[in-house]
Amino acid sequence: MYKRLLPIVFSAFVFLLAWSLAARYSGIPNFILPSPLSVWARFLRAVNDGSLAYHTGITLSEIVLGLIAGVTIATILGYLLAKSRSLEKILSPYIVASQAIPVVAIAPLLIIWLGDGILSKAIICALIVFFPVLVNTIVGVRAVPAALYDLMNSLHASRAQILWKVEAPASLPVFLGGMRVGATLSVIGAIVGELVDAQSGLGFLLRVGDFQYDTPMVFVAVFTLIALALMLYGIVRMLENKFLKWQNIS
Amino acid sequence: MSASILTVRGLSVVFSTENNGLHALDSVSFDVNSREFVCVLGPSGSGKTTLLRVLAGLIPPTSGSFTFSGGEQPSIGMVFQQATLMPWRTVTENIGLPLEVGKVNQAVAREKIRDLIELVGLQGFEDSLPRDLSGGMAQRVAIARALIHDPDLLLLDEPFASLDAMTRERMWMELSRIWQARQKTVVMVTHSINESLFLADRVLVFTQRPGKIKMDMEVDLPRPREDDIRYLARFGELARQLRATIE
Repeated sequence: MYKRLLPIVFSAFVFLLAWSLAARYSGIPNFILPSPLSVWARFLRAVNDGSLAYHTGITLSEIVLGLIAGVTIATILGYLLAKSRSLEKILSPYIVASQAIPVVAIAPLLIIWLGDGILSKAIICALIVFFPVLVNTIVGVRAVPAALYDLMNSLHASRAQILWKVEAPASLPVFLGGMRVGATLSVIGAIVGELVDAQSGLGFLLRVGDFQYDTPMVFVAVFTLIALALMLYGIVRMLENKFLKWQNIS
Repeated sequence: MSASILTVRGLSVVFSTENNGLHALDSVSFDVNSREFVCVLGPSGSGKTTLLRVLAGLIPPTSGSFTFSGGEQPSIGMVFQQATLMPWRTVTENIGLPLEVGKVNQAVAREKIRDLIELVGLQGFEDSLPRDLSGGMAQRVAIARALIHDPDLLLLDEPFASLDAMTRERMWMELSRIWQARQKTVVMVTHSINESLFLADRVLVFTQRPGKIKMDMEVDLPRPREDDIRYLARFGELARQLRATIE
């Protein structure tokens, strides 16, 4: 554990040192490149006045809602598309076309229609999470070996038993791969929505920091976003470690 | 001789959509007695596997019929060419799958699994994952899984084809012993003459596609059959006869 952490601690130290020296001696003004210490001070202030926790909470709830909605719909639809070629033929042109629209372009529309609260951001988030999870669900379910279906059918297994005992576990590795991409993208979804229009959230903090030349605040928000993305990624990795033990080549 | 448990009459299978009308089985008729070990021997592409898949209810016959004396839908234990284990399940969990599907009480299931693990000689590997098993061990798990729910009929589709020669011959002994211990009715597909003579009471020789029964041969070799049975003159005679019948 100690040995694994050492290079990370070392590289972080070098990074912070280089940043401090650059901020101090490059002549770049503080409102453009704040020093690590001023960012740290701003971070403490934001923690103490509760604003950081509040805005992080808002963004996190948008992400969680978006993830739940996006993943649920994508999984169910992906399963249906994987099982039915004709349904795939009908729907896939629309699904692919919908992916050609940048989410940034429709975010303002969604906010006009649904207001600038949590709902519109959660939906933007869900839209961005949807595609990778959908594609991986389809690929995962299609990759279930035909022999396992034969086995289950020779045992007169029900549709539900085939789903839960074969299809779900067999497609889980690919599905979780999609979740890993989706979880990191979901942070982008929430921030895109908040940057367009919001009264709260980390994207809102970013914009306020920007308007007020409170650059340390911008840095605090960015670092918090990184932490959120890492945390979500870590949760998916934890699920993988828990459920895919059989796959890890020891 | 005990009564016939499986009656197959005029069974034909034509795959209409795939391979534009591939004729796999042509009017196949035979009976299998209870506790009999029947080998279906034939060149590859003679519809042997198709026959098993029909009997397992995986594909419907184009014409003809097959009936089981036990009832409409017999319980079936099937072993495929590949072990077809679920890589996320341990040995115990893989063997127990048919009981789970049949919603058997867990305590009863544990007992049965323990017995079968002993029968196929996998003690100490109860919690191993398939990736840690050799080919022979994986196929033993598959055999145990096919037996666990005490099926009316055991269908074996070249179960040892993917094993190396030495493991294969050891598995013949194992299967012979297991079959005698469990007294099952077995239909096994193979393209090995030796394998069929080692194991079977009767050998059905199939022709090239479309599969037809060319010969129905009683294997009158003594049991239990040991490794040196192949040096018996009778073994040689039967083998020569089978060889001559297969194209």
